[in-house]
Amino acid sequence: MNNTTIPSSHRSRQSWARIRKTLLDMLWYVVVTFLALCVMVPFVWMIVTSLKGQNEIFTYPPTWIPQDWQWKNYIDVWQEAPFGRYFLNSTFVALMVTVGQLTSCILAGFAFARMEFKGKNFMFLLFLSTMMISSQVTLVPSYLIMRSFDWIDHYQALIVPFLANAFGVFMIRQSFRTVPKEMEEAAKLDGCGRLRFLVQIMLPLCKPILASQALFAFMGNWNSYLWPLIVTNQDEMRTVQIGLRYFVSGEGGTKWGLYMVAAVLVSLPVIVIYFLVQKTFVESMASTGLKDI
Amino acid sequence: MTTTSTDVSQLPPKQKGSWWRRWGEETFSAYLFLLPSLVIFITFTFFPAAYSMVVSLFRWNMPSKPMFVGFENYIYLFTDAIEAPLFWKSFLNTFYFALGVPINLVISLLIAILLNRRLAGVGIFRTAFFLPTITSMAAVSVVWLWLFHPADYGLFNSWLIALGLPIQRWLRDPVLAMPCLIGMGVWYGMGYNIIIFLAGLQSIPQTYYEAAKIDGASPIALFRHITWPLLGPTLFYVLTVGMINSLKAFTEIDVMTQGGPLGSTTTLAYLLYENAFQFFQMGKASAIAVLLFIMLLLLTWIQFRFVDRKVHYE
Repeated sequence: MNNTTIPSSHRSRQSWARIRKTLLDMLWYVVVTFLALCVMVPFVWMIVTSLKGQNEIFTYPPTWIPQDWQWKNYIDVWQEAPFGRYFLNSTFVALMVTVGQLTSCILAGFAFARMEFKGKNFMFLLFLSTMMISSQVTLVPSYLIMRSFDWIDHYQALIVPFLANAFGVFMIRQSFRTVPKEMEEAAKLDGCGRLRFLVQIMLPLCKPILASQALFAFMGNWNSYLWPLIVTNQDEMRTVQIGLRYFVSGEGGTKWGLYMVAAVLVSLPVIVIYFLVQKTFVESMASTGLKDI
Repeated sequence: MTTTSTDVSQLPPKQKGSWWRRWGEETFSAYLFLLPSLVIFITFTFFPAAYSMVVSLFRWNMPSKPMFVGFENYIYLFTDAIEAPLFWKSFLNTFYFALGVPINLVISLLIAILLNRRLAGVGIFRTAFFLPTITSMAAVSVVWLWLFHPADYGLFNSWLIALGLPIQRWLRDPVLAMPCLIGMGVWYGMGYNIIIFLAGLQSIPQTYYEAAKIDGASPIALFRHITWPLLGPTLFYVLTVGMINSLKAFTEIDVMTQGGPLGSTTTLAYLLYENAFQFFQMGKASAIAVLLFIMLLLLTWIQFRFVDRKVHYE
């Protein structure tokens, strides 16, 4: 102990500061844990209920741990409503939209980033202006168009209107502009055409932004609700979200265990994707400020 | 290519081909690249937007034929003895529902400040707060429908009983239904706002805080004079985006209340849906859509204007 020269009051102040910091950190953990638990309550309750039998659901007081674990709810739900079909529909539609939207965005983004043409500024503003027109406004006419095309209850109605996305074009254009111009000139000298340059050089260089655009396209489409609700009438054309809605509102509405199973299944794919690519996800959301379509 | 013939005629003939190669071909290819997006935008955005305004001038109760009535739909919405009260109620409900946006903002900001620390396990907490936002709104609405169940075995009611309070009918109570939706909306939207706020907080240089601390500034002074002004643009962004999304909210209302009870949760977006797809009054629905469009446009314009200002700042 060679710190005898330090006045004892100073020393105790130092140790007091350390204690204070530890206490504050502990308080922080307590507060944040409490808040996080509050936020998780609906999820926990969803999973707990999904494992309960029909009788236990309606008993008071509610139990947090199922007395009789009903794993078979997770099998029964597939018979109660055609969820297999709903999942097939949603997956197919979301994948088609993701691939199609990404393709159209890449092409337009490349034109705006790398090509000189008459009316470029006008076209760019035209594209951006679509972001001002929200889907609610075009809802009725879009539905009427679908009817006149005879696309109601067809996959086209769920896919085609979403094959363009101005925000995606904008983001991809920004990313393409960061690729040095010299690269394109060098490629051109070597006899590399425009399309080949785009596919073989640009796209690999801009993978992160493409990945996040694909992610948002898939997620937005998987979770979309209003449009699939109005353009599908037949049960076998419904997406998971709409299937869930009709499952819950039908037949007296008392099978809460099965409803919760359905809710778990419907939300699971996006949550799994989120955990797989958490970093890309949060970063692109923070930088683009995009949430849903 | 005929418009440029005067320029080309002055050039030696052999360069005619090179002009096409240099500009004409590029313009042509560029429009080819834009074509897929353009076709979709024209068919599903620009045409419907214009068509919406046209339809709003017709009385069109499907399946009967449309009839031109001028501004009758709008006049009915604003003044008719039966229509107007419904419309104005929905109009007010829309803003009542939007009260969730500032509430969300305050709570999210407080949590973001809490989470803006380098302590072990902070990532897990961030994930916990973020989870609701990425879950599908339909699924989450079903879960909250169950939480708000009006019987004694509903989770929230069981808590009320434990506290010795009378049980509530929640979503089936005209007074409570909207606050319930707002509460659920705050829970749902919080994660997104927290992410944006955390990004904003982390862009504030730590040196500002250190310098102020040396000058003896209190934590409240730090927040008031550093965090708050520097976070201003982020706050504004979150507020306008939140308002826009709130005006468009549909899923939770459709799953949880269907606009009821007694129309207490019917917002303009839901009124539009009801008129179009339950009563098949396309003209009236389009009139509501046009009004909603004007409101949204105003908000988007405010947001874009502000984004411009932010760019100038940097």
